[in-house]
Amino acid sequence: MEQDASAALDTFPKWLAHQAHARPSRPGMRHKDLGIWTEWSWAEVAQNVRAYALGLMAHGLQRGDRIAIIGNNRPKLYWSMMAAQSVGAIPVPVYADSVADEMAYVLEHAEVKFACVQDQEQVDKILSVSDRLPNIAFVFYDEPRGLRAYDHSRLQAIEEVIAQGKGLMLADPEANRRLDAEIARGTGEDISVILYTSGTTGRSKGVMLSAGRCIAAARDTVAFDGLSDRDNVLAYLPLAWVGDHYLNYAQALIAGFCINCPESPETAVEDRREVGNTYAFAPPRVFEGMLTRIMIRMEDASWLKRKLFHYYMGVAKLWGEKILDGKPVPVLARLNYAIGELLVYGPLKNVMGLTTVRVGYTAGEAIGPELFSFFRSIGLNLKQLYGQTEAFLFVTCQKDDGVRADCVGPATPNVEIRIAEDGEVLYKSPGQFVGYYKDPEKTAETMTPDGFVKTGDAGFFEKDGQLRIIDRAKDVGRLKSGALFAPKYIENKLKFFPNIREVVAFGQGEEFVTVFLNIDLVAVGNWAERNNVSYGSYQELAGHPQVYDILAGHVAEVNRQLAEEPMMARAQVHRFLILHKELDADDGELTRTQKVRRGFIADRYASLVKALYDGSTEADISTEVTFEDGRKGVISARVKVMDATVAPVAAMPQAAE
Amino acid sequence: MVQNSTISPGDTLLKVDHVSLRFGGVKAITDVSFDIRKGEIRAIIGPNGAGKTSMLNVINGFYHPQDGTITYKGATRAKMKPYVAASQGIARTFQNVALFKGMSTLDNIMVGRTLKMKSSFFWQIFRHGPAMTEEIAHRRMVEEIIDFLEIEHIRKVPVGKLPYGLQKRVELGRALAMEPELLLLDEPMAGMNLEEKEDMCRFILDVKEQYGTTIALIEHDMGVVMDLSDRVVVLEYGRKIADGTPDEVKANQAVIDAYLGVAH
Repeated sequence: MEQDASAALDTFPKWLAHQAHARPSRPGMRHKDLGIWTEWSWAEVAQNVRAYALGLMAHGLQRGDRIAIIGNNRPKLYWSMMAAQSVGAIPVPVYADSVADEMAYVLEHAEVKFACVQDQEQVDKILSVSDRLPNIAFVFYDEPRGLRAYDHSRLQAIEEVIAQGKGLMLADPEANRRLDAEIARGTGEDISVILYTSGTTGRSKGVMLSAGRCIAAARDTVAFDGLSDRDNVLAYLPLAWVGDHYLNYAQALIAGFCINCPESPETAVEDRREVGNTYAFAPPRVFEGMLTRIMIRMEDASWLKRKLFHYYMGVAKLWGEKILDGKPVPVLARLNYAIGELLVYGPLKNVMGLTTVRVGYTAGEAIGPELFSFFRSIGLNLKQLYGQTEAFLFVTCQKDDGVRADCVGPATPNVEIRIAEDGEVLYKSPGQFVGYYKDPEKTAETMTPDGFVKTGDAGFFEKDGQLRIIDRAKDVGRLKSGALFAPKYIENKLKFFPNIREVVAFGQGEEFVTVFLNIDLVAVGNWAERNNVSYGSYQELAGHPQVYDILAGHVAEVNRQLAEEPMMARAQVHRFLILHKELDADDGELTRTQKVRRGFIADRYASLVKALYDGSTEADISTEVTFEDGRKGVISARVKVMDATVAPVAAMPQAAE
Repeated sequence: MVQNSTISPGDTLLKVDHVSLRFGGVKAITDVSFDIRKGEIRAIIGPNGAGKTSMLNVINGFYHPQDGTITYKGATRAKMKPYVAASQGIARTFQNVALFKGMSTLDNIMVGRTLKMKSSFFWQIFRHGPAMTEEIAHRRMVEEIIDFLEIEHIRKVPVGKLPYGLQKRVELGRALAMEPELLLLDEPMAGMNLEEKEDMCRFILDVKEQYGTTIALIEHDMGVVMDLSDRVVVLEYGRKIADGTPDEVKANQAVIDAYLGVAH
């Protein structure tokens, strides 16, 4: 389909050209390199991308080819996506921390022709599985370190490709014409990107998103939150995750705001402070980490600071959220809050790099009500959204004045939501996917006959029109007694305790509910330090009797909460154990987005699950672990199993410790 | 100052000839000879007290041997002060980390640039004029090292607060800041966990590849030594008992008896 110059902006390359034209000197991208923020204006970004695209065409990239993008958030990798899309090729971002085998699966399945990667580590991974990837013609890298001695017949620096393209830009009008023709040929129908889901169950699926739909979805939310070219984001989310592609790529290209790439993943906090991001997204885990660090530092602070902090956190708890929501607040309280802002909240937000944040989102997991309130009460406009890759992120999101911790908000503009009879949430959205790559059967399974997408999550609408998600629809089960068992619901309640990092609940078809717990090494380690508890390893700390006692208290507390909810009262935790190792995505126990793979864990730790139900007080386990370099080792341990205090249903709560 | 050596890779960079070192009546090193070729990784191994660290101290001029000579870049020397060794391109790290604990990572590495600073004391006091121009150039070099060693996140953290593995990395950074021709590493991986060791191995190999630095290292982890080094010299009670490639050394009976085979 031919389109003339005035045609709608229906692809990202056209949006890039638009930004280069509309705001040529506004910053489009920044990257901190060698300690200094390097900046590219939108015009420069467009120029570099154009050169890059010409270079890639000279290497043989064609419309429809798939091109893998592997690494952390770096300008050259974002340019790789833009350059690929300019030619009409389809970028396939891959999780940078996936081990070679997982990576090989995606690259093989997507039949990628080129790969643009960050550094030697990723090059090595690709080379190690190159026999499975006959289609790969070239690997381009950003960071030359350590690669000098490699065979460069199929390996080249991205910088050289761009330089080559800059040469072509001047010398070869024919190549320029071809590129312009490719950009013009692109339509909203084209597949813009393939994002592989992290795969809570089994192999990941390639979600195909079309350019037009991506843009439609992003436009709606840019308008919803009033984003403009004055905004700043820090791009630290994995490139392969829909959240990054949406918030940092699609929305930036449409609103024209600046994408800031941190120096390294470890410096994100510091970099966020320097950049002063105005629009931020972080999964609950990140917010939890921030709060834990603050609390630990406060423990070590001077007496006066500690008193000030606790007093003003009390003030914030009373009035902070009300002030944020614009509700009536007495003048004196407002004044006191303002003093608190000056003395406590302001400096706190500064330390966390949240001072300038205008709109903050969290999603991906349930967020603890106290955690959520903490950030809102110090004046951060934090909201929840619910979405998935298949929707190109947004399904629901909360308005500025309609925020609550236990719900995820009403449907996003132009999204239609329906609750199926079995409780599953279905939606129809402007950004919804075209299908799974090379898997029409799965696509058909996921869609209803009338074009709604099944989320796989069970939920319901609250009276105020906000959606509440309970659990994965297929995970909601029943105990032997017939009582409702929503594992995620129980796990989340436990995970709200800072000492607990990960939880796996069991109980489907059993007499009662049991859980595996993972301690949080930062929080528990700090407790150990303050209480003179010595430990030699994670394993030793996890098995410490006092740690067991603390967690028993947490479990009893959760049981008390469950006892007060008629639906859940019979699904209290009866027995628990603390795992001797951290659940890890490298061992296949978590997905790359850090969600527990319950079935896999049940198989792997079968002897422990058995011990939870047969009444024994200890169990032996040996598990294989994968080190970062892919080598395997074995960890053996004897794990204690403990009975939990079960609260009487609808009775007075009693102390556990 | 010695600049632009004419020694090409593979030639002898440093030669230790019949060196003996005594502290009063205690013989630390007895009649040891070996050489280090340009561009290689040369390991010095041996049981505790074999004289490995003393050997490094002799090489960089910290100790003065009673007998024997040391030839570095073709010049034979008897006695040499450590700062002269440093100015001739010999840098080192220490077995027990020797950093300025209260200073940041950045400042500690900047210290390694001291010998390269040319501007006068006067300008340095005011941090203006030539001193400023120079500092910017040095800072760039330091930032490149920070990037190379992947320690951006601790750039401004006082090193005393850092875990041991990172302190070792900062120390390596300071040695690299001297742009050394010969880098002496005294147990670079002591006290590290597996992952930190792997990182350190990668850095050492990258240093060799990217900067062409010759490296002499003392290390106890046999796996590391055999993987990394091109040639190994084995000391026992101050004497050399073997010298050769890792495979040769592994097969040497004296070494097996002294070190590898016997549990201590």
